[in-house]
Amino acid sequence: MRTYLRPALAVLLLALVVWPERFSWLFAPFAPQGGPVIYSRTSLLSLSLNHLALVLIATLAATLVAVGMAILVTRPFGAAFRPLSRTVTNIGQTFPPVAVLALAVPALGFGEGPTLVALFLYGLLPIFENAIAGLSTVSPTVLDAARGIGLTRLQRLIRIELPLALPVILNGIRLSAIIALGTATIGSTVAAKTLGEVIIAGLLTNNTAFVLQGGLIVGLFAVLLYDLMVQLEQRISARLGL
Amino acid sequence: MLFLILGAASCAAPFLSLAANRIVVGEGVALWRAAPVQHSAPALFLLGLGLLLGLLQSRPVLRVAGAVLSLAGLFWLLSMGAAALLADAGRYARVSPAAGFWCLLVICALLLADALSQLQPGPRTRAAALALTLLCVAGLLKAGLLSDLSIAQEFAPRKAAVLDAFIRHLWLAFGSLGLAALIGLPLGVLCHRHSRLREALLPLLSFLQTIPSLAMFGIMIPLLGWIGTQFPAAQAIGIAGIGFAPAFLALVLYSLLPVVANTVAGLESIPPAVRDAARGIGMTTWQRLFRIEIPLGLPVILTGLRIVLVQNTGLAVIAGLIGGGGFGTFVFQGLNQTATDLILLGALPTVALAMVAAIVMDILIEITQPQRGSET
Repeated sequence: MRTYLRPALAVLLLALVVWPERFSWLFAPFAPQGGPVIYSRTSLLSLSLNHLALVLIATLAATLVAVGMAILVTRPFGAAFRPLSRTVTNIGQTFPPVAVLALAVPALGFGEGPTLVALFLYGLLPIFENAIAGLSTVSPTVLDAARGIGLTRLQRLIRIELPLALPVILNGIRLSAIIALGTATIGSTVAAKTLGEVIIAGLLTNNTAFVLQGGLIVGLFAVLLYDLMVQLEQRISARLGL
Repeated sequence: MLFLILGAASCAAPFLSLAANRIVVGEGVALWRAAPVQHSAPALFLLGLGLLLGLLQSRPVLRVAGAVLSLAGLFWLLSMGAAALLADAGRYARVSPAAGFWCLLVICALLLADALSQLQPGPRTRAAALALTLLCVAGLLKAGLLSDLSIAQEFAPRKAAVLDAFIRHLWLAFGSLGLAALIGLPLGVLCHRHSRLREALLPLLSFLQTIPSLAMFGIMIPLLGWIGTQFPAAQAIGIAGIGFAPAFLALVLYSLLPVVANTVAGLESIPPAVRDAARGIGMTTWQRLFRIEIPLGLPVILTGLRIVLVQNTGLAVIAGLIGGGGFGTFVFQGLNQTATDLILLGALPTVALAMVAAIVMDILIEITQPQRGSET
């Protein structure tokens, strides 16, 4: 069943985004009397692209920084910072993403900027945590063997440690990306152009059709993104023979 | 070392900000000019001394003392500075903490957390420390030492509303946890027994968890609205498209995955030998469940509840968007009016609530952890 479901959902999502007018029959019963059925203030396609771009940039940046920091604290010279970094991640993860977003506004103002920063900051934690877990579970025997065949530190990191830690790191990236997708939706309350705009517009004008439309599109994006990342993780794990 | 450098760096940033009214952007006031010299000198001394004590890597007790000292200096300066600045400013003037204060606060708090974790306190000490911290914060607020700050001025006319939001927020976060536990724990036990059910249910729940919160809340609205209009009885108990019900239901749905998955994991973590022994001494299925499996799996199950509690406290903010109440109301009102202090009035209690919940749950988890060796 899975094999049919995935492409079907993808096609549905694409259709919802590119030809929203085609679905007016579906949403019409939810719209108020005589009110608009399909959100048309901004094209859904551009909102979707903007939303995805925000998530992509924030997650990529968070991945680079978080994996970099994880590499640093798992090296001998960075070991002193490890307990501190654990404390920071533990405390940081109790911060609600919405609160991070709301607190970014006083500091940075409205718009895409604070949203991006909030997504980035919050995205760091799961990736950092998982990268440390992944890097420190590489078995010492493997590392010894790598040293034995004469690999330098850098070579060991790039050819042995990172590839072996990759599935766990990807898991963290997935968590981050899904949280970012959800937080970006709320970003429209701080004037970022994301799909949340459709839902918020619906809530403000009491137009359930908009709410449903936005909710459906964002929900489908999230489910498909999640599925894609899981697939990727499984492929990579299989290739590594784990 | 890191803390001292960062602390010195944040001294350069404006400590307080003074604005003519609640909307305009304030003007930064530097750390040493915030309060009259007779107040700021001892406060700065405390702050510096505290951070210096923080340098002593090998003496965690002194580091804790240092962190507490610097926090005391920080708040003293904040209180005195706000009063002094307001004294010769206009009627609608507002004083709020600026970047410098927040950075110093974070640094001192991190120093405290780092030093405390170095001490590795037991659950009782941690509970006492938490209670003491809460008492200090309550005392600080009660004594009116911070009442000159703009966030307190934002709070004063909304006292009843804030209390209301607090109770509503607790209901949303804890009530949904309760209901999710009532549904999720039996489901978890069933999933543990029947692998077919587990294979069907867990992916479904994790897909639910994936759906962004705003979308989930949005989808709940027409669904519950429909139920409300179709069944008058449902409407009578408050089920409607907008308000508390959709927010509550969405939170319950989000909570199910951590509860069910951790119940399964907790039950699975029990060594088969223990299970066999219980069967061997003639325990029935129910006896085994309640006397062996649940007590032994409890730490893992509680970890699931911790995840839910922290997550729901944060997500309940979004309920503010669909009229569900809670602190989110202030956050989104503040965002609409670009009133920073109102945003903080909603966001700070939420963060504090999530942290307290996390710490309390951590203590509970540690208490239920079976002491290895002594029990067998």
